[in-house]
Amino acid sequence: MAEETTIPIGPQHPSLKEPANFELTVEGEQITGAELSISYNHRGIEQAVRSKSYLENIYLLERICGICSHSHTTAFVRGVEQLLGLSVPDRARYVRTLVAELERLHSHLLWLGVAGHEIGFDTLWQYAWRDREAVMDSLEELTGNRVHYSINTIGGVREDIDTETIDAIRDRMAELSDRIDFYLETVPAERTVQLRCEDVGVVSKQRAQELCAVGPTARASGVQGDVRKDEPYAAYDEVDFEVITAEDGDLLARLQVRIEELAESVAIIEQVLADLPEGELKASQKPPQALLAGIESGDVLSRYEAPRGELTHFIRSDGSDTPERVHVRVPTLANWPTVVEALKGSYIADTPIVVAGIDPCISCTSRIGVAVAEDEATLADATDSGVVGVDESGTDDDPGGYTLDDLREYGIEWYEGGDTR
Amino acid sequence: MGKLLEWARSASPWILHLNCGSCNGCDIETLDSLMPRYDLERFGVLKKDTPRHADVLVCTGPVTRQMEPRLERIYEQMPEPKLVVAAGSCAASGGVFQDCYSCHDGVDEVIPVDMYVPGCPISPEALIDGLVRLLEESGEGGKASRLRERSEGIFEDSDAPAGVIDDEHVADT
Repeated sequence: MAEETTIPIGPQHPSLKEPANFELTVEGEQITGAELSISYNHRGIEQAVRSKSYLENIYLLERICGICSHSHTTAFVRGVEQLLGLSVPDRARYVRTLVAELERLHSHLLWLGVAGHEIGFDTLWQYAWRDREAVMDSLEELTGNRVHYSINTIGGVREDIDTETIDAIRDRMAELSDRIDFYLETVPAERTVQLRCEDVGVVSKQRAQELCAVGPTARASGVQGDVRKDEPYAAYDEVDFEVITAEDGDLLARLQVRIEELAESVAIIEQVLADLPEGELKASQKPPQALLAGIESGDVLSRYEAPRGELTHFIRSDGSDTPERVHVRVPTLANWPTVVEALKGSYIADTPIVVAGIDPCISCTSRIGVAVAEDEATLADATDSGVVGVDESGTDDDPGGYTLDDLREYGIEWYEGGDTR
Repeated sequence: MGKLLEWARSASPWILHLNCGSCNGCDIETLDSLMPRYDLERFGVLKKDTPRHADVLVCTGPVTRQMEPRLERIYEQMPEPKLVVAAGSCAASGGVFQDCYSCHDGVDEVIPVDMYVPGCPISPEALIDGLVRLLEESGEGGKASRLRERSEGIFEDSDAPAGVIDDEHVADT
C-alpha cells in the first residue's frame, strides 16, 4: 500500500500557459484528491467597472479574456441595450454573429492544438495553430485587430463589412472546412489520441448535471444545452445549426464535440455571409453618450454562449453614468468542479490533459479569491472584520465570500431543509 | 567569457514566458510567434519551461499582487545574464488595469525591464522585432552595457556582486 503524498503543481508550470496551482494528493501514481487555487490572475475588474462609464467598460470587460473577448463585450452590451430599450439593427446582429463564430473557430482550434500538446502530439498543435491563422486573418481584416476586436458598441457594431472581406472570408472558410474534415477523420481515429483520451477524465451525464457543467464539457457528457438555441441572441434564431452532443463524457468525446462544433461554426458563418441584410449598423445616430444619459435604474441578466460554455453578465444600473454593479460568471468557473471530479482516480501523467479538457481560462475565472485562514489569529482577524476565509482580493464593498451572517443563514437553511436532501 | 555568452545568447536565445495576470491575449500571441506562421524557432528561439534554462523572460500582464512574489522568484532563479521583455501595454504600464486594487502598473514595478513591446495585445511581429532589437542592443556595440557588466561581475570581477542592478544603466536601456 503506497503512502499518500501531496504534490504541488504551479503556479508557474510547463503545461498550462496561465498561472494556476494544483495540489494533488496521490497514492502511488493515482490521484486521490485535488485542490485548486486559481485566482492568480485576479485583477479586480469588477471593482474597476464601477468607476468607469458604460462606454469605457466595454473595453475594460473585453480584456477579461483575450480568447473570448467578443463574448464578454456582447454579453455586456446586450445587457445595456436591454436597460436602454434599444433594438439592434439586423445588419449589426449578423456582424456580431459572424465575429462570434469566428471567435469560436479560433478558440476551438487553439484548444485542439493545446490538447494535442498536452498529450505529446505536437504535430496536431502545429497543424491546428497554422490553420487558426486563417481565422485570425479574417478577424484582423474585419475588425482591425487580431485579438480584442472591439467590434461592439452600445446599440450596434463599429465597423461595416465590405464585399472584398466577405469574399476573402468565404475563401478561407472553404479551405478551413477541408481541414476540419481532415481533423474529424484523423484525430479521433489516431492511436496516440485514443490511448491518451479514451476513458480518461470521464464525467457522467448525471454528474455533469449535478456539478452544473456548461458548454462543450457538458455537451460531451450528453447534456443538451446551448444558449444559442435556448435563448437565441444576435442572429442565431435565423441561422440553421445543430447542437453537438456526445454520450461518453471522456476526453475523446470532448475532442469530437469541439471538432464537430468547428464544422457547425463554418456552416453558420457561410449562412451569415449569404444572408447578410443591408441597413444601418447602429440603433441610433445619436452618440452613445447621449443614449446612455437616459439609462433607467434596474437589473438585467445577459446570457451568452461563449466558446467554453454559458457566460452570464449581471448588470445593475442606478441611473447614473457608471454601472452600480457588474458581475461576471464565466463558463470555466462552472466547469472546474468537473475537473476535480475527473482528476480523482486518474493518473498523475493525465493531469495536464484532464485539466486542459475543459479548455480552462484562468484569466476569466479569476473573479473571486477565497482562501482558508491558516491559523487562529488570521481567522480571528477575519472574523473581526466580518469576513471569513476571504483573502485580499475581496473588497470592503464586495467581500466576494460569506460573511458570518450569511454563513449562519446558510447553516439554518441547511439543517432545516435536511429532509429534502 | 562575456563574449561566449553573448554569442550563444544571440545565436539561440531561450525564452521563458510568464503570465503575470494577463488576459491571455499577449500569451497566445507570444506562443503564436513560435508557431508555423511566424516560426521564431527557426532563429534558434526556444520556449523553455523552467527559469533555470532561460535567457530572456517574456512577461505579460500588469503583475497581480498574487503573482508578484512568484515573478520575483522566477527572476531570481534565472541565470545571469538575464534579459526581461515586458510584452503588451499591461506589462509596460498597467494598460486598462491601471489603478486596479489587485494590480501593479506594469512589470517594472517589480523587476527591471530591458525592453518594452507595446500593443494590446502585442502582435507576433512586434514581439519578434522587440526580441531582435533587445539582442542587438545588449550586444557588443549596443548601448545596454548593463548586461555585459553583469556577466563580467560574475566571472571576472569578484568585487561587484552579481545581480545588483545599476540604476544608471537601467535608465540607459
